[in-house]
Amino acid sequence: MTNNNKLVENFDVVIIGAGHAGCEAALACSRLGLETIIFTVSVDSIALMPCNPNIGGSSKGHLVREIDALGGEMGKNIDKTFIQSKMLNISKGPAVHSLRAQADKQLYSKSMRQILENQEHLTIKQGEVCEILWEDIENNKNDNSVINNTSVYTSLADKKIIGVKSYTGTTYMCKAVVICTGTYLNARCLCGEAITYTGPNGLQAATHLSDSIKAMGIELRRFKTGTPARMDGKTIDYSKLSEQKGDERVVPFSFSTDPESVQKEQVSCWLTYTNEETHKIIKANLDRSPIYAGIIEGTGPRYCPSIEDKVVKFADKDRHQVFLEPEGLYTDEVYVDGMSSSLPEDVQQAMYRTVPGLENCRIVRNAYAIEYDCINAKQLYNSLQFKKVNGLFAGGQFNGSSGYEEAAAQGLIAGINAAMYVLDRDPLILDRSESYIGVLIDDLVTKDNREPYRMMTSKAEYRLLLRQDNADLRLRKYGYKVGLVSRETYDKLCEKEKQIKDEIERLKSVMVGANKQVSEFLAKHNSSALTQGVSLASLLCRPEISYKDMYEIDSNRPELADDVIEQVEIELRYEGYIERQKKQVEHFIKMENRKIPADLDYDDVPSLRIEARQRLKEFKPLSIGQASRLSGVSPADVSVLLVYLERGNR
Amino acid sequence: MINNETIAAVATALSESGIGIIRVSGPDAVDIVNKIFFNKAGKQFLSSVESHTINYGYIHSLEDNSVIDECLVSVMLAPRSFTGENTVEINCHGGVYVVKRVLFEVLNAGARMAEPGEFSKRAFLNGRLDLSEAEAVMDVISSKSESSLKASLSQLSGSVSKKIRELRTAILYEIAFIESALDDPEHISLDGYKERISEHLKNWITDINKLIDSNKNGRYLRDGISTVLLGKPNAGKSSIMNFLLGNDRAIVTEIAGTTRDTLEEYVKIDDISLKLIDTAGIRETDNTVEAIGVERAREAAQNADLILYVVDVSSDISQKDIELIKMFPDKKGIVILNKNDLINSVAAKDNNILLSLIDNVNDYPIVNFSAVTGTGFDELRSIINDMFCSGLIKNSDQVVITNIRHKECLEDCLRGLLNVRNSVDNDMEEDFYSIDLMDAYSSLGKIIGEEIEDDLATEIFSKFCLGK
Repeated sequence: MTNNNKLVENFDVVIIGAGHAGCEAALACSRLGLETIIFTVSVDSIALMPCNPNIGGSSKGHLVREIDALGGEMGKNIDKTFIQSKMLNISKGPAVHSLRAQADKQLYSKSMRQILENQEHLTIKQGEVCEILWEDIENNKNDNSVINNTSVYTSLADKKIIGVKSYTGTTYMCKAVVICTGTYLNARCLCGEAITYTGPNGLQAATHLSDSIKAMGIELRRFKTGTPARMDGKTIDYSKLSEQKGDERVVPFSFSTDPESVQKEQVSCWLTYTNEETHKIIKANLDRSPIYAGIIEGTGPRYCPSIEDKVVKFADKDRHQVFLEPEGLYTDEVYVDGMSSSLPEDVQQAMYRTVPGLENCRIVRNAYAIEYDCINAKQLYNSLQFKKVNGLFAGGQFNGSSGYEEAAAQGLIAGINAAMYVLDRDPLILDRSESYIGVLIDDLVTKDNREPYRMMTSKAEYRLLLRQDNADLRLRKYGYKVGLVSRETYDKLCEKEKQIKDEIERLKSVMVGANKQVSEFLAKHNSSALTQGVSLASLLCRPEISYKDMYEIDSNRPELADDVIEQVEIELRYEGYIERQKKQVEHFIKMENRKIPADLDYDDVPSLRIEARQRLKEFKPLSIGQASRLSGVSPADVSVLLVYLERGNR
Repeated sequence: MINNETIAAVATALSESGIGIIRVSGPDAVDIVNKIFFNKAGKQFLSSVESHTINYGYIHSLEDNSVIDECLVSVMLAPRSFTGENTVEINCHGGVYVVKRVLFEVLNAGARMAEPGEFSKRAFLNGRLDLSEAEAVMDVISSKSESSLKASLSQLSGSVSKKIRELRTAILYEIAFIESALDDPEHISLDGYKERISEHLKNWITDINKLIDSNKNGRYLRDGISTVLLGKPNAGKSSIMNFLLGNDRAIVTEIAGTTRDTLEEYVKIDDISLKLIDTAGIRETDNTVEAIGVERAREAAQNADLILYVVDVSSDISQKDIELIKMFPDKKGIVILNKNDLINSVAAKDNNILLSLIDNVNDYPIVNFSAVTGTGFDELRSIINDMFCSGLIKNSDQVVITNIRHKECLEDCLRGLLNVRNSVDNDMEEDFYSIDLMDAYSSLGKIIGEEIEDDLATEIFSKFCLGK
C-alpha cells in the first residue's frame, strides 16, 4: 500500500461493504441527507446472494417486514424480483406466520444496484478499504451520572473516527464508518483439500482491514459457514421429484407494495431425498472433510448443518430432505437446499448423484465452506456502535450473525445510528418487546454467541406481540421519527391504527341476542346456539366464525380494508394471550428503563458474586434489564446492583 | 418504582412458642389480606380501616372459609412504614404450623414469597433506610440468597430432585420439538401433535400434583429434626427405625454390629418432620470398619437435635448403657426401653436397679417400647409432640421457607401446564403451547437452581435435524 497518492475526499459516512447490510446502511444515511460513500470489492456484486436463493422464512420474514416498516429497502426489492412466494406456518398461530420468497438472484442484485445508483447523496466506489483512521479523544469521565441516551456515545470510548484509506491510497475523511464486511475479511474457502483465499463465489477477499481493526483494540474471531452445490438444471430429471408450488395468492413483503402488483406467474421448487447410498459415500469419505479432518478452525452454525454433520449427528435417520430451488429466470442453475458440504469435488459429485433426480447431474459450482474474521458483538452497544470507538459502527455477518435478513436488519440500524451520531441525535434502539430486530441485536450484544447467530421465533419472548402482520403498527413511528418514513405514510398508519381500535370497541359494545336471524347464522356455521345475548366480539372469538361471515348479522358495519380486519380478528381472537404478554412487557420495560452507567466500576460494588462481577465487567450492560439477561448474573446480584445504583443517586 | 408486586414472608423467627408475625408489603397488601381477614361477624373490613391501626379478627381459609387463627392485624399505609410501601402485619398464635398456614393463605390471596433481603431492599429503594445502611442491605441480599439456594438444593430429597429433572427434560424435549417444527415447517410436521401433547400433559400434571402433595406431607425435603438413634450393638435401633418408617429400610439381623454406617430416613410424626439417623452400635471394637461406624455415630449424636437412647431390656442392662446415656448431657433425649415384649420377670427384677439409675440421667423421659408389637408408640409420639410444642426441639426456619418457595414454584409449573391443556382444549394452534410450556420449565428450574440460558437452542439442534 505504498504510493504517492495524496488524494483526499470528504464524506459524512463511509460504508465498507455493499452486501445486504451495507446497502441498507448506505441508503439510510444518504436518505437522511448525509454524504455517503459505499465501498465494494466489485460493483457487480452489490446485494449479492451468494448462498440460498430466497428472502424470508420463519422469523426472517418478520425481520424483512420490520426493515420495511422502518423505511428499509429489502422488502420492496424482493417484491420486485421474486419468482415464487409462500406464507409459511399458515396452519399455526398468526405469530409464526412467515413469508418466504424465492428470488431471481441476478435481478435482486441488479435492482438493488439501481436503487443505490439513483440515490441522492450516495457514491458507489469499487475498491478495498484497508485502513480505518481515528484519533484519540480526551477521556471525558467527568460525567458519572446515570446514563441517558446521548451520553452512550461518550462514556467508554477513547478514540473517534476521522476517515478511511483505500488500497489505492486515497484518503476519505468522514465522521462515521459502518463496517459491513460480511464473510470477506481474511476469507478462505474450502472444498475438500482445495483451499482458496477468496471471499464467497470466488470474489476477492479483504486481507488488509483486519489488522487495522485490531490496531484499534477490537478483538476478532473466526466463524465459518457453508453452501451447497449449484446444479445445471438441464441435467436434473424432474420427473422423479415432487413439485413445490408457490401460494395461489401472493402476499407482498412491503407494506407499501400494492398487493395486486405481486400476483404473477411463479416457478416451482422440487423436493427429493438423500438415501442410505448417499450416507454411505459421505461416511466413507469423512476423513477428507476439512471439518472432520480438523483443517477448519472456525465455529460453524448448528442450525445450518452440512450434510456431513447431518449424517454423523443423526445417524438414525435413513434420509434427509433436499429441496431443489431455481436461482433465477436468467439461468438454469439450481440450488441444492439441504446438502451444503465441504467435501472434495469427487466425493460431492458421487454423493449428489445418489439422490433421485440428480443421477446425471452436472455441478456448475461446487459446495464449499468459508471461514472469515468477525467480532464478538459484546464489543458493541445496542446502537451497533463500538463501545471503544466513537463513530465506528458495524452490521451484518461481521457481527457474528448469519443470513441476508439478519444482515440487512443490522445494516439498517447501524446506518441509522451512524447518521444519528453525525447529526448529534439520539440513537434508535429497539427493545426486545417491540421487534425481532431488537431481540436480534440484544442477543448479539449480551449473549455468548459461539456460532453465527440466526433469528428464530423462539428467541422472542413476546412473539405473540411481534407478528409479521403488525410490523407497521409496531415500527412505522420510529421510521418516521428518524426520517426514513414520509409524513404521508405515517399519517396513513395512524388512520389504520385508529380504525382498528374503533372497530374493536364497536364489536365489543354491539350485543346480539338469541333471535331467529342470529340462530340461523350460528347453525349455518356449525356454531353452538346462544342462550343469552353476547357481544359481536365474543362471537368472533369462536374459531368457526370469521369477521367476513359476521356481515350477515352485522350489516351496518363500517367498510374496512383487509389489513384492518386482519388486525381486529387477531387482537380479539387471541386477546387473553396477548394481554398476558402485554403485562409481562410492562415489567420488562421498567427493568429496561433502569439505566446503568457504562463506566460503572463493578469492583466498587460490594457483595456481588465473583462470577456476576466478571460477567458485568465483560459486557457492561446499560440497563438493569440487560444485566439480568447475562448468564451468571442472579436475581440477587441484580438486587445488589439496584441498591448500589440507588445509593449513587442520593 | 420497579416493584409493583406485593410480597410476604414470616418476619419473626419461626418457633413453637409465642407469636409469629407475617409481613405483607406492596401496593396490594391491604386488599390481599382483606380477602382472608374477617371480624367476629364474618365480615371483611380491613380495606376500610385507617392507617396505623391494629385490628382484631380471624384469618379464614380461601378454599373452604374455615377459621385458621385468631389474629391482630396492623395496617401501615405508604409511605409511613418500614418498606415505605403499604404494609400489613399479621400477628398470629399457635406456632410453626399455624404461621405457615396463614402465610400460605396470604400467598394464595395474591402475594408472592419475598426474596431474601427483599423487605430491606425495598425499604432502601424507597428511601426509608439511610445511605450508611446500603452496604448492609447488599450484604444481606447476597449472603441470604446464597444460603437459601444452597439450602434449597441440599434439602431436596434425592427422589424429588430426580423427578423434577426428569420432568424438565421431558418438557424441554416437547418445546424443542414444537419450535423446530415452527422454525422449519418443511422438515418437521406437527400433524397429530395434539394427541401426543395431551397424553404428556396428563402425566405431567399428575406428577406435579404428586410433588405438591409430597411437599405438603413432608417426604419432600431432606430435612427435619435431626433425630439420632443411639445404643449398644443389637439394642434394636434399626428395628425401631423400621417401625417408625413402616418399612424395612435398615438391614436388621440378629448379629450385633450389623449397622456399620449411619443411615438417614425421613418420617413425619403428626406434623413434625424427623430426620431419623440410625447409627452403628456403640462399643469398643477392633474391627476397623465397625470402628469408623462408631465414630460416625458419635459425630451424628454431637450434631443431633434429639437423641433416642435405645436400651435392650430383654437382656442385661449394663453400666455401658448408663455411660452412653450420660455421654451427651446437653442434648435433648428420650430413653427407649426396647424389646419390652421379650422381658421375663427374672431379668426384669435384675434390671430394676440400673433402670432407676437411668431415671435420674438428664431428666430424660423414658418409654417402654416394643418395635415388634408397637407398644409405647403412642407415648413416644406424644412425648415428641410435647417437646416440639414446648420449643425444646425445633425445626430450622430455612426448611419451612424452602418448602414454601418450592410450593410456589410447583404451583407456577402446574399453572403453566394447565394453561397448555386449556390451549389444547380450545383448539389453539401449537405455537401457543410452547410459550406456557416454557413457563412450566423455568418454574421447575428455580427449584433445582438451574438457569435456562441456552437450553432450548441446544435441545433443538441436538435432537432435531433442521434444514439447509
